[in-house]
Amino acid sequence: MKNQNNFNSLPLSPSVDKVGVEERVSRFQKRSIKTNSKMDGLKMVLNMIDLTTLEGKDTPGKVRQMCYKAIHLHDSFPGLPTVAAVCVYPSMVGLAKSMVKDSGVKVASVSTAFPSGQAPLDVKITDTKYAVDQGADEIDMVISRGKFLAGEYAFVFDEIAQIKEVCGQARLKVILETGELATLDNVRKASDLAIYAGADFIKTSTGKIQPAATMQVTYTMLMAIRDYYDETGIMIGMKPAGGISNSKLALHNLVMVKELLGDEWLTNEWFRFGASSLANDVLMQILKTDTGKYQSSDYFTID
Amino acid sequence: MKRVEILKTYKIYSGGNFPRTESGRYYLALDKKGNPIANMCMGSRKDVRNAVVSARKALGAWSGKTAFNRSQILYRIAEVLEGRKSQFIEELILQGSQKNIAIKEVEDSIDRIVYYAGWCDKFCQIGSSVNPVSSSHFNFSTYEPVGVVGLIAPQDSSLLGLVSLLMPIIAGGNTCVVLANESLPLCSITFSEVLHASDVPGGAVNIITGHISELIKPLSTHMDVNALAFSGLSELKKEIDLFSVENLKRVRSYDLNWQNTDTQGLHYITDFQEVKTTWHPIENIGGATSTY
Repeated sequence: MKNQNNFNSLPLSPSVDKVGVEERVSRFQKRSIKTNSKMDGLKMVLNMIDLTTLEGKDTPGKVRQMCYKAIHLHDSFPGLPTVAAVCVYPSMVGLAKSMVKDSGVKVASVSTAFPSGQAPLDVKITDTKYAVDQGADEIDMVISRGKFLAGEYAFVFDEIAQIKEVCGQARLKVILETGELATLDNVRKASDLAIYAGADFIKTSTGKIQPAATMQVTYTMLMAIRDYYDETGIMIGMKPAGGISNSKLALHNLVMVKELLGDEWLTNEWFRFGASSLANDVLMQILKTDTGKYQSSDYFTID
Repeated sequence: MKRVEILKTYKIYSGGNFPRTESGRYYLALDKKGNPIANMCMGSRKDVRNAVVSARKALGAWSGKTAFNRSQILYRIAEVLEGRKSQFIEELILQGSQKNIAIKEVEDSIDRIVYYAGWCDKFCQIGSSVNPVSSSHFNFSTYEPVGVVGLIAPQDSSLLGLVSLLMPIIAGGNTCVVLANESLPLCSITFSEVLHASDVPGGAVNIITGHISELIKPLSTHMDVNALAFSGLSELKKEIDLFSVENLKRVRSYDLNWQNTDTQGLHYITDFQEVKTTWHPIENIGGATSTY
């Protein structure tokens, strides 16, 4: 059983050997993936993308356009999958839901005073509740990094547990915002904390802070998932977000997931990319692989 | 013991840097007698791809400069080339030119750069027009750069051929990916050192050495290359045309002896310009009334 809502069951996190992580990660980046495996990999990447727009200037028109793209990635090239989900602010969930309908594309909503998370708990709960009521299939919450860095781990733990309760059927992704956590030890600690508090997914970043989803950080989080799985047999999903803007990096991430967690994680149920510009780069790579001609962004939709 | 001479490896010029080819391959440049004179990078299609990405990225910075500033930078190229004249003459001689011909080629190149430096802020006025229309519009046509231009450097001339086609292309605000002269490659890479020292933004000009036959396809089929220029190569013309058709690349081929003084002019610039026509609403046609 999952040890939910019990801070005392949280194990001590192992410390992370940064140099070792860098060494291991650099090896994932040397793999050469060609022809058929590349094509399959690229389509898998497309199918794992959470197409994202999280800006103050988001309009209903922008969200509509993005939802359309989520389902029709590049209609002139048949046989492409849809993306996994669209990721929007709570105020856009209803609209997004009405756009994606039964296409299989899920609607994810950020919540808990995204991106800073600097709001009282009841505001965060209301925020989440609103998104769930509007029909969000997934909730991307942010942790209180300030509290975490101040050492108030129990506070952060309880907050995640309470948001999880509000989520109901919606799957909960917990954003650690690793760019603000400073060290890989902290990333590991926050990952364990989120997993034990009830996260279905752990996610690197909001996309608003640099650095975001570096492979070192993703590696550290995947190891936390691995250890938890070995301990309990329960699978946790992973979502690197921010900074993954080209196909090569995305493929390297898949290699890493396969080698650390195994094939079971290579579906969009357990692995996602949070990205806005990745989809076009993958599409261009797919067309390049198919036609042998280098592509131009002029012939792909703006996103 | 006789000292073993160290041959310089001429690296490619891409994105404002001098990397080796990503393929790790190289070939020997030979003099007329078949003796090796330098190691050249044997560029690959991925080098072409990277260069096009750099050229696209640099387009905003280069075309966004004022025409006068581009003129200053082209003039600066001429100045720097003048200062390094002896190195170019030496390389030309090494590649088999006679001394007096080598000197003339470098001097003509410098003059040609100055010529195009002068045109930078003038070709637009000379080539643009105000057009008579029958509605209440002020209608004018003016030039815009076509974008990223692929240039296959003339294969019969090491420096002057390159300069004669590259200068009008960048004078008009385009960025450029050059496939260098394959058998006489030394000057093209040394010339990229000149460009690098002349305030030309990184990526505005990229020069790749290697086998033309291998690199033509990735360059001319590239959807993000807007135009293509080459000289001679008549046996490849049809192939290049076919490769270029998918994104309707503008292809300009020349069959000229670049040593001639009349192989320079306004139309070499406008060959790589798009004409933009603007219809600006006004109150009256003709402009003879007080409200105009």
